[in-house]
Amino acid sequence: MSTGFSANMSFIRRAFQAKRRPTKLSKPHNRTWRDYALILVPYLWMILFFLLPFLIIFKISLSVSEIAIPPYSPLVTFEEGAMQIILHLENYTSIFTDEDGTYFRSYVKSLQVAGLSTLFCLIIGYPIAWALATCKPTARNVLFMLVIMPSWTSFVVRIYSWMTIMKRDGLINDILMGIGIIDSPIQMLQTDFAVYVGITYCYLPYMVLPLFSALMKVDYSLIEASYDLGCRPVKTFFNSLIPQTKSGIIAGSMLVFIPALGEYVIPELLGGKGSILIGRILWQEFFNNRDWPLASAVAIIMLIILVIPIVWFYKIERKEQEKLYAQK
Amino acid sequence: MRKNKSLIARIVILACALTFLYLPILMLIIYSFNESKMVTVWTKASLHWYYELFSDSQIGHAVLISLTVAFMTACASVVIGTLAAFVLVRVRSFTGESLFVLLITAPMVLPEVITGLALLMLFVSLGEIIPWFADRGIFAIWIAHVTFCSAYTTVVIRSRFRELDISIEEAAMDLGAGPIKVFFAVILPAIMPAEVAAFLLSFTMSMDDLVITSFIAGPDSTTLPMLIFSSVRRGLSPEINALATIIVLIVSIFTFFAWLSMVKKQKRMASDAAKAAKAAKLEQQRSTFHSKI
Repeated sequence: MSTGFSANMSFIRRAFQAKRRPTKLSKPHNRTWRDYALILVPYLWMILFFLLPFLIIFKISLSVSEIAIPPYSPLVTFEEGAMQIILHLENYTSIFTDEDGTYFRSYVKSLQVAGLSTLFCLIIGYPIAWALATCKPTARNVLFMLVIMPSWTSFVVRIYSWMTIMKRDGLINDILMGIGIIDSPIQMLQTDFAVYVGITYCYLPYMVLPLFSALMKVDYSLIEASYDLGCRPVKTFFNSLIPQTKSGIIAGSMLVFIPALGEYVIPELLGGKGSILIGRILWQEFFNNRDWPLASAVAIIMLIILVIPIVWFYKIERKEQEKLYAQK
Repeated sequence: MRKNKSLIARIVILACALTFLYLPILMLIIYSFNESKMVTVWTKASLHWYYELFSDSQIGHAVLISLTVAFMTACASVVIGTLAAFVLVRVRSFTGESLFVLLITAPMVLPEVITGLALLMLFVSLGEIIPWFADRGIFAIWIAHVTFCSAYTTVVIRSRFRELDISIEEAAMDLGAGPIKVFFAVILPAIMPAEVAAFLLSFTMSMDDLVITSFIAGPDSTTLPMLIFSSVRRGLSPEINALATIIVLIVSIFTFFAWLSMVKKQKRMASDAAKAAKAAKLEQQRSTFHSKI
């Protein structure tokens, strides 16, 4: 996801507005034709350019590749007055019964890489968000901006920067050899390790933002109470802090996991021949093999895997929204 | 004691985090001033690669395309985002609202390869009916970018909309202002900061997008990220270091201004709160004074 600073400005706003005075709740007024006209523009745009494309790739995934323009077979044909609808399921069956198991393995591998990277982001991001949320307001502003600024710079450039320091004669190898931990440079680029580092680095801000927003709203008197009642810090953390920041944890994890599952650029630049993730497969089928129907089928299956996390994320978003209304 | 410990912990955590985040970028900047073609061997400080960069006409062309698309995208997605935010906050609970919210949320998280492929298939299919869609130039890229940027602008503007006090709008209506006048005279000035933030956000995202654009773009419309990607794929090049340094410089200037406006806003909020507290205190003193009499 090269979405620049993306990850949800709403989290920042929510965080900073947490302690504001509630304003009067706006009641939905009576709807007029004018409201419907207003709805129509964004609604039609999203249906035409977001929903319709998915119906089209579903349609294309049911055809077969052909040397023609466009390079796939038509679904509906007319021959001697008879209308024929031919639905090819070959693409789907070939994905699952492929002899090398390339597709299946790359789905599993993508799930593993996205899952572990999400975990790394969570482990690194939680302390950062906590440190940000609990420091003095003046310092917080500066540090907050410093933490999210890298995500405003170019995505490819950030990955490129890791290529330069993970090279054989790059900074990391130089330092490790200088200290004397290793004798000869280790191969870091073109390994799975580099892919994990790249994904964790690029997606970290998307994890920190929602966590930060959740941690800003934590009732710290409950933490104090738990200490006073004799709980150890570890127990306090799991029994008080984690439940209070649950929505932030889920939202952050989804913001990392879902886009990371289809990541193409990071495995392509940092990963080796073995880091065949599903995003790369889709890209290859499309650009190198020009097999549009198969690429579409790969995308549809990825979408099916992602339905549950997306709905989860969507529900959290809605719940937060309703909570805000309830507050006012 | 516990407080001291947690302060030290915070400093250590943030120092590590900032090192992790900035070390790679810092190295990139340092080596952009290196004369050698080897990206990792330091020879002599020079501006050689900046000179190379500015005399590269291909990069100039790509920057121009990217800036054009980003500007058009930012304008359109702010308009769509404002409409969508207005609908979601003011109209609310209309038929098909949940589908609408889903359509606005999904582009933010969906893997870009899927969105890119889907949009390209749409353009190809539409191209069969309307040939205009078939040559995938700047406008096709623009449509794709507006689609995913609108999701973000909606979120940003919506959260500002929620803070608005509807009674001001009602007052304006009662004084005889029509809905269009109310929008331009009352609502728009109030949501202006969010509009600016949304504009900048979609501008950067459109400037930065690689995967979706690679699917959509025809041969003549190579954007800046596509150019960087293809050159990085061929290997390390100091020219990219120079380009990266310029990007980081521009972004940090903007970040500085964003920080400045944030500080200003918080100061204003704090002084408002202080004034309110002072007024309340005065009022209380007066009432106790009166009750004593």
